[in-house]
Amino acid sequence: MRNIWTICRKELGGYFVSPIAYLLLTMFALIFGFFFWNILGYFVNEGMEMIMRGETVPMNLNEQIIRPLLSNVSVIGLFFIPMITMRLFAEEKRSGTIELLATSPIRDIEIILGKWLSAVILYSCLLLLTALNFGFLFLYGKPDWKPLLVGYLGLLLQGGLLLAVGTFISTLTKNQIIAGAATFGICLLLWVIEWVTGYESATWATVLAYFSVITHFDSFARGVIDSKDLVFYLTGIFLGLFATARSMESLRWRS
Amino acid sequence: MRVLTCFLPPSAGTATVAGFDVLEQPREVKRRIGYLPETPPLYPEMATSEYLRFVGKLKGLSGGELEKRVDYVCERCFIADVKQKLLGKLSKGYRQRVGLAQAIIHNPEVLILDEPTAGLDPKQINETRDLIKSLAGDHTIVLSTHILPEVEQICEQVIIINKGKLVATDSVRNLQARTRGVESLQVEVAGRDGSLSYELVQRRLEQVPGVAHVLCRDPHEHRLIFEVQSQKGQLTRGDLARAVVESGWDLNELRAASMSLEEIFLELTGSDAPKETAELTKEMQA
Repeated sequence: MRNIWTICRKELGGYFVSPIAYLLLTMFALIFGFFFWNILGYFVNEGMEMIMRGETVPMNLNEQIIRPLLSNVSVIGLFFIPMITMRLFAEEKRSGTIELLATSPIRDIEIILGKWLSAVILYSCLLLLTALNFGFLFLYGKPDWKPLLVGYLGLLLQGGLLLAVGTFISTLTKNQIIAGAATFGICLLLWVIEWVTGYESATWATVLAYFSVITHFDSFARGVIDSKDLVFYLTGIFLGLFATARSMESLRWRS
Repeated sequence: MRVLTCFLPPSAGTATVAGFDVLEQPREVKRRIGYLPETPPLYPEMATSEYLRFVGKLKGLSGGELEKRVDYVCERCFIADVKQKLLGKLSKGYRQRVGLAQAIIHNPEVLILDEPTAGLDPKQINETRDLIKSLAGDHTIVLSTHILPEVEQICEQVIIINKGKLVATDSVRNLQARTRGVESLQVEVAGRDGSLSYELVQRRLEQVPGVAHVLCRDPHEHRLIFEVQSQKGQLTRGDLARAVVESGWDLNELRAASMSLEEIFLELTGSDAPKETAELTKEMQA
């Protein structure tokens, strides 16, 4: 446990001493800010029109702002995750520092968990930025906070899964660009794969769509914790980290 | 070497470090070794003290003991003045020393060093060698190198490995003695009037009792340098010196031309074997 934290602290240092973390945080804040501003503008506009028309259809902050925004965050996250995970192992392999870790009296799994945890923490920092924007909604309105919390849980789980996949890919290469590009490709694929259900309803299409990380997020965005989705994310995280452990072990036999 | 550090598994045979098998009990082995790979495993974005603290924690140190060890290795490896500097900004010599400090932070029984002086300038090489020598009292040091004079300088025990096969293992002195049934002396002679032919000197030297063979080195130059070979204990230097002086020549130099480790190395590994494939491992016993 102590070793996991030691590794995690070191990785966080790597993120926050270099410009990586600040660049990611800034870009994320900028992009999410734009989405927020857009959707809020649309919401306010619609409300004004309704008043002009004299209608009194109730407007819901949760349904009309929070839910679509959470879905947006989950997609924006796909683009940031490769940038978080690509350096985790690739950099250590290139500079040879992996040898220091591998010859220290700690378990491989402790190294992997430490690194993955640091990535999850950085990802959480990105999510924390969005809380700032959502906070304004609470200042001026009365949205329900429970669905939002469930949404964050979903985002964390989805992020955890993709970060585990990214960590795995990072162990496969010495080259950060390759690790980043491959992770990005897979993240993108795991997003769009559900589109097959749009025109195909055969069993294979349903099975394929099941692998989409985005479909499993939908229920969380609605504020529903579905055990099916929870299981999907947790097994995904486990498999990703398990593959990382195997890959790290194979490094010893291959080199 | 990487097998000993548990980084790679052995493809054949077994390896034990401090009584623990590298396959059976890797954690116990890792606890007892300090390892400096060919390029020191440094994180450029970390400060020296921060890095040493990190490695110390990895090796199982904590609290006050950790702080004490960090201070100690900084003193020991002469890096106290760069404690707060980022590792990425250090010179090659400093990096090497931080690498050594990292290896000894948990006071391991065995220190494994892979070409510790590669890529350093002569001054840094000397400093690093002195540092390694000073560590020999506290740890068993295993170091690999292709620089043979380094072996003669700092090592007690030599293991020569050629293409993965053990060729020789002995002390430096014994190795030299073993491959040297013959003793050779280097003699430089000069004539008073400057017109001395080397054939003449060679003939005279061959007459000295005990001399087996006289070789002339660089006959093209004005200096007359000979290598006088003899069976061990058969020739006294006095005889040789007297022969030169009594012939009316000057004796400029007379010294033992001991076979260098380089020659021994070539002899043992076969001179056609490329040097790179043969690894020389040396050991210093605490």
